[in-house]
Amino acid sequence: MEMAPRVDEVKTYPVLDPARALTEPRWVRWVLIAVALSFIALFLLVPLAQVFASALDKGMGYYFNAVREPAALSAVKLTLVAAFFSVVFNSAFGLASAWAITKFRFPGKSLLITLIDLPFTVSPVVSGLIYVLLFGLQGLLGPWLKAHNLHIIFALPGIVLATVFVTFPFISRELIPLMQEQGSEEEEAAMVLGAGGRQIFWKVTLPNIQWGLLYGVILCNARAMGEFGAVSVVSGHIRGLTNTLPLHVEILYNEYDFTAAFAVASLLTFLAVLTLIAKTLVGLKYEKSRQTPAAQAESGIA
Amino acid sequence: MGMKFKSTGILPGFGLTMGFTLAYLSLIVLIPLAALILKSTTLTWAQFVQEVTSPRVMASYKLTFGASLVGALINSVFGVIVAWVLVRYEFPGKKLVDAMVDLPFALPTAVAGITLTALYAPTGWIGRLLEPLGIPVAYTPLGVVVALTFIGLPFVVRTLQPVLESLDPEMEKAAVSLGAGRWYTVTRVILPTLAPAWITGSSLAFARAVGEYGSVVFIAGNMPMKTEITPLLIITKLEQYDYAGATSIGVVMLVISFTLLLAINWLQSRTGVHRIH
Repeated sequence: MEMAPRVDEVKTYPVLDPARALTEPRWVRWVLIAVALSFIALFLLVPLAQVFASALDKGMGYYFNAVREPAALSAVKLTLVAAFFSVVFNSAFGLASAWAITKFRFPGKSLLITLIDLPFTVSPVVSGLIYVLLFGLQGLLGPWLKAHNLHIIFALPGIVLATVFVTFPFISRELIPLMQEQGSEEEEAAMVLGAGGRQIFWKVTLPNIQWGLLYGVILCNARAMGEFGAVSVVSGHIRGLTNTLPLHVEILYNEYDFTAAFAVASLLTFLAVLTLIAKTLVGLKYEKSRQTPAAQAESGIA
Repeated sequence: MGMKFKSTGILPGFGLTMGFTLAYLSLIVLIPLAALILKSTTLTWAQFVQEVTSPRVMASYKLTFGASLVGALINSVFGVIVAWVLVRYEFPGKKLVDAMVDLPFALPTAVAGITLTALYAPTGWIGRLLEPLGIPVAYTPLGVVVALTFIGLPFVVRTLQPVLESLDPEMEKAAVSLGAGRWYTVTRVILPTLAPAWITGSSLAFARAVGEYGSVVFIAGNMPMKTEITPLLIITKLEQYDYAGATSIGVVMLVISFTLLLAINWLQSRTGVHRIH
């Protein structure tokens, strides 16, 4: 440590006072906090308040009718089904791809990771379009599907496919860096001790990555339940049949039933708030589990 | 692919996991994307060019890219302030604000769309204040900017936060001991260190905005040549059974997304900033 300067020296070089020079003057801090909070309030808090104010515009009775009518309930059901499939499929893909990518070396690995990322940047509308071009009546497989009386576009499979596509990388991109960080030593030790592949996965790998997996599932689920553009293209908007919650919101809104639209939207807003809470709580566990044994030992000593 | 995969590593399961990964990637992503490309090859080059450069499509590019750029710039300015305040200062409710930053990721875009429209419509809470000033927002390009600012908000903050947290305090102390004042330290030492992550975060916000649909279509008003974004134009063409038009614009959008993805990956590999969702 440096020696404390004498009082007259401090006066000679006031700019060297570390406590003052390492942070901003009080008024600057206040202004920056005020700017940040105003921005957050304007863009996040006010819209949240608007959803609930508009939803309750015509009273509680109207609100509960809007969220309990059959079309709304069937939209809830379809949304849950689509989210379920995308979470299950993408979890399986996330685990398999992370295992292959982090436990082995092979050519073309970075290309594979880039391709996994691709659905993140593809416009939701394009995500829906590709399935229409593949499975739609004018699509490549359209005539064949029609001949066999199979429906993908304007039906449940199309909605599930589009939802799976837009949430494709969510779990994989959580697990790949996590498993990369953790390395393979524990798995290799288990193998030397005679454990089989299945045993290694369930007893060693899964406990190590459970929080990362859950974190990815939360993000995947939120996006799946809220997806609009891609699902809009493939759904055909058949009320009570192929409408998810976001599409139901759109229909009500376009019919000028704003209060009902916001009532259904408030369900999705609850979901968003729940997601944020779950994400924060699981995120804390996740961060903790991410610390390597070496880092934990180090912080234990300090 | 004719490439022969050879793995090194003693753990089991390479064949199974790699097989599943490639099969699933092909079925969900690669084959459908190939269908788009394939469909576009049924057009001649001249037809394709005509489809993607017609005046209405050009107007939609201008709006989509212009509004995305403005949104990303707004987020790059306020994002750095929010990240700075969240990492460096203490104030009541900080944890709550931190958690709220992800709201645009979690809130379905259709909900964001109708909510922003209600807020900025001439009778809305905010629109009512702006209308007398002669600043209409809803159903104008400015409304598109508002929606794209909303959905891009978390990217800059979440990319900058970990970088700010991991900044070596010794660097600032060194600057001070060499006689730098606070303003000088911030502008000449800290901000340049943040620049790569800052650009990455802004590019992520821009890339997301370019393809965005749900939050924009409600507030935009969707007037051809004026407030019509490119993704909406694809849907319009599909609804008119103009598959050639929809496919051509889809290919352009796909090429742009892929280019942005490569650019962002390159930025990240150079800066070590990990992507966020």
